[in-house]
Amino acid sequence: MSEVLAARARQVTRSGDGKAPIDCEKQSVAGSVSQRACTFCGSRVVLYPIADALHLVHGPIGCAVYTWDIRGALSSGPELHRLSFSTDLRERHVVFGGERQLTESLLELIERHHPNAAFVYGTCIVGVIGDDLPAVCKSVSEQTGIPVIPVQSEGFQGSKKQGYDAACEALLALIGTGDTTGISTHSVNILGDFNLAGEIWIITEYLKRMGVEVVANLTGDGRVADIRRAHGASLNLVQCSGSTTKLAMKMQAIYGIPFKKVSYFGIDDMAGALYAIAEHFKDPELLRRTRELVAEEIAQTLPVVEDCRRDLEGKRAAIYVGGAFKAISLVKALRLLGMTTVLVGSQTGTPEDYEYLTELCDPGTVIVDDSNPAELSTFLAEGKADLFIGGVKERPLAYKLGVAFCDHNHERKLPLEGFIGMANFAREVRGSVCSPVWQFAPRHQSAALGTDKEL
Amino acid sequence: MLNHTPLAIQERSALRINPAKTCQPIGALYAALGIHRCLPYSHGSQGCCSYHRSHLTRHFKEPVMAATSSFTEGASVFGGQPNLLQGLNTVFTTYNPDIVAVHTTCLSETIGDDIPQIVGEARSQGLIPDGKFVIHANTPSYVGSHVIGFSNMCVAMAKYFATAVDTSRRRSTDKTQVNIVPGFVDPSDMRELRRLAESMGLRVSMFPDTAGVMDAPQTGKHVFYPDGGTTVEELKNLGRGVATLGLGWFASREAAVEVENRAHVPRELLDLPIGVAATDRFLEVLRFRGGTITADIERERGQLVDLIVDTQLHFQGKKVAIFGDPDHVLSLTEFCRDLGMIPVHILTGTPGKQFDRRAKEILGTKFDQTNVKRDSDLFLLHQLIKNEPVDLLLGNTYGKYIARAEDIPFVRVGWPILDRAGHSLLPTLGYNGAVRLVSRMLDALLDRRDRDAPDHEFELVL
Repeated sequence: MSEVLAARARQVTRSGDGKAPIDCEKQSVAGSVSQRACTFCGSRVVLYPIADALHLVHGPIGCAVYTWDIRGALSSGPELHRLSFSTDLRERHVVFGGERQLTESLLELIERHHPNAAFVYGTCIVGVIGDDLPAVCKSVSEQTGIPVIPVQSEGFQGSKKQGYDAACEALLALIGTGDTTGISTHSVNILGDFNLAGEIWIITEYLKRMGVEVVANLTGDGRVADIRRAHGASLNLVQCSGSTTKLAMKMQAIYGIPFKKVSYFGIDDMAGALYAIAEHFKDPELLRRTRELVAEEIAQTLPVVEDCRRDLEGKRAAIYVGGAFKAISLVKALRLLGMTTVLVGSQTGTPEDYEYLTELCDPGTVIVDDSNPAELSTFLAEGKADLFIGGVKERPLAYKLGVAFCDHNHERKLPLEGFIGMANFAREVRGSVCSPVWQFAPRHQSAALGTDKEL
Repeated sequence: MLNHTPLAIQERSALRINPAKTCQPIGALYAALGIHRCLPYSHGSQGCCSYHRSHLTRHFKEPVMAATSSFTEGASVFGGQPNLLQGLNTVFTTYNPDIVAVHTTCLSETIGDDIPQIVGEARSQGLIPDGKFVIHANTPSYVGSHVIGFSNMCVAMAKYFATAVDTSRRRSTDKTQVNIVPGFVDPSDMRELRRLAESMGLRVSMFPDTAGVMDAPQTGKHVFYPDGGTTVEELKNLGRGVATLGLGWFASREAAVEVENRAHVPRELLDLPIGVAATDRFLEVLRFRGGTITADIERERGQLVDLIVDTQLHFQGKKVAIFGDPDHVLSLTEFCRDLGMIPVHILTGTPGKQFDRRAKEILGTKFDQTNVKRDSDLFLLHQLIKNEPVDLLLGNTYGKYIARAEDIPFVRVGWPILDRAGHSLLPTLGYNGAVRLVSRMLDALLDRRDRDAPDHEFELVL
């Protein structure tokens, strides 16, 4: 495979070629133009939607700037999470330590904003200069009476995945500290939904109609008090499996709460998720209400899907997203729109994810782990993709190649979860694929790597 | 969202809220993109590189290519030499750049990696092919800001390549060559600076030059190294220039000084040419260095002057707050002053006393009436505005929160602009850039006037 990094050959496979399973969960090759982020990034994206908490980044200014309000994680109330707080470490702190800086910042912020908890994120150099984050947090917590939680997320620990683990540890410090009286037996926590474009409100509304109580959102539109009593829920719903499966497993071990992995993307997976919840509670009334809800919603969604399908039938899509679980839902949703998937990849998929994707996809579909722009543009051109689904770094790549684009990452502006989300997705995909601008924009002139001598 | 901002201003020694700067490496990465067939290289954790690429992509709407050392726990303890060696090998064997521009991060600076030593090791191991270059800049994230990182990478370009040219080896074309360090500006601005200088009959060596790289046309292919960028050949010939114009003290001074020290080309330090006066000074220096002011340039200037004369009543006495990168803020302050506006608050996140010094020169006797803040943040700017409201806010996208909270007309200028498009194609610099700026400022002020006017005062002609 000349067109990919030799060392990466095992991180690329094709559905149906009978090759050994894909090699994933490994460090990026040094020197590659990886699309991956770091541990800090993983922690920050998981915890930041908790809207009534203080989020203080302990490090030089950049880490705080690049994570300042970049995701539309909506809140129905407080918006403290949308401000950017940083200790803005300077040279003198690198030499003498930044603990005093951190303590003073925390005390000042807590006094002014009265948050219900504070998260303190450790960045690369905090790990190296040796600031004792847990000790500072403990002392400030004692002084202020609110939980002050260290998030050990030094960037060099790895990719976002290690950051998810650090975020889960931080959440576990809160969970179990609140009063659980009055929580219904039909109750859930929503894990791994960050309320982008208000998506969690769609899911919460479905659950309400079914008669299921939501105890805590982890973490979209999240509140500290809810999270403290999350251990009182009967079931954990895990979306975005990469980020919160570990948390669900720990909550099962500590509090005996079972969990279900769900996806809210696409009609199949959304309906499947609601039925799985209903079946869990073994309540015939609840199941009946769920059936009604699903029937009602599908009846509203299908006409939109069918309308869009007329324009999209036979078109080809490529997917490169953060988590593989989402990629799986997308393959199914695209199929519903009559589209085939020619490339599917993720930054942080697990072996099981890729195995499932290999089974799910049509033969010949390229499957990649931790890809890079050169590789992606090669596969896009090779697969003659009409649509690319990805995030901010993939968008300009698609457009340069004359390929339509749908942001299924944190820059999406319309909710894509739920039945309504499928309708939004269908409309957005059609809008981009069928845009009149493509008449002026040449598509797939050549592959970027391997065939392009200019490189 | 900004209902958290209290009116009372208290001293904060230990905390940054809503920053007005970011870290050095992203500036170095942007500068490196302005070298032809260069792959910027981030020596640190992979998150840094990912963040910088995303952030630059949001501003320029272009793919941004850069490689990273992908530090791990081991690297943070034992040093990043193995990562950089492997990284350079990967980069040259896979991506085939002509030149790699390495910048450091807070992590590699703190653990003390010696980049020239490691690059030397890479060369002796044969990891750097013949005819290929590796340059580096130290860009500790805990010093200065992104503007300083940009400056440091510009200095590296001069340091690695600029050499003095013997009188005997001079070419006849040398006497029309000017070197320009354009500052941390958009590709549209770099294009405009070049157009102006070339129209005066000069040959321009601009470094860096992201025109053609970060404003590439849609062609149906993803070109890893687009056509633009300063070539290594040009950098090696900086010594032939009659002068090096450093535009903006913070972003460009050091590089112009470096060229002077190494290649004995005199430096000319100028403000970023935003507005009439600063553009006049820029062109005056070009004229002094052998250029000719053409009738076209005179017409452009005349049109700009005509526009500001036609509209001056709308600007007269209006209070304005300006924030962002220091070179932008200083030039915008001068231009706003020249339009008859009152710069009430001017603020930058970048540290450096020169900001106050130059502000004092520009504002003269009115210096004391202006809040001049350096090494500061947008939380403070919001408080200042709450205490003394303004009619117009000028700055990058992050100003939108304040503009909304205080209901102030807002014109986006500078970097980054994350929520609008077109800035990488249309300049802010030069007379044409000023026309665009005046037009947008006027739109903002008059849209507001129309919006707020009671029915009987809502007029057709303004």
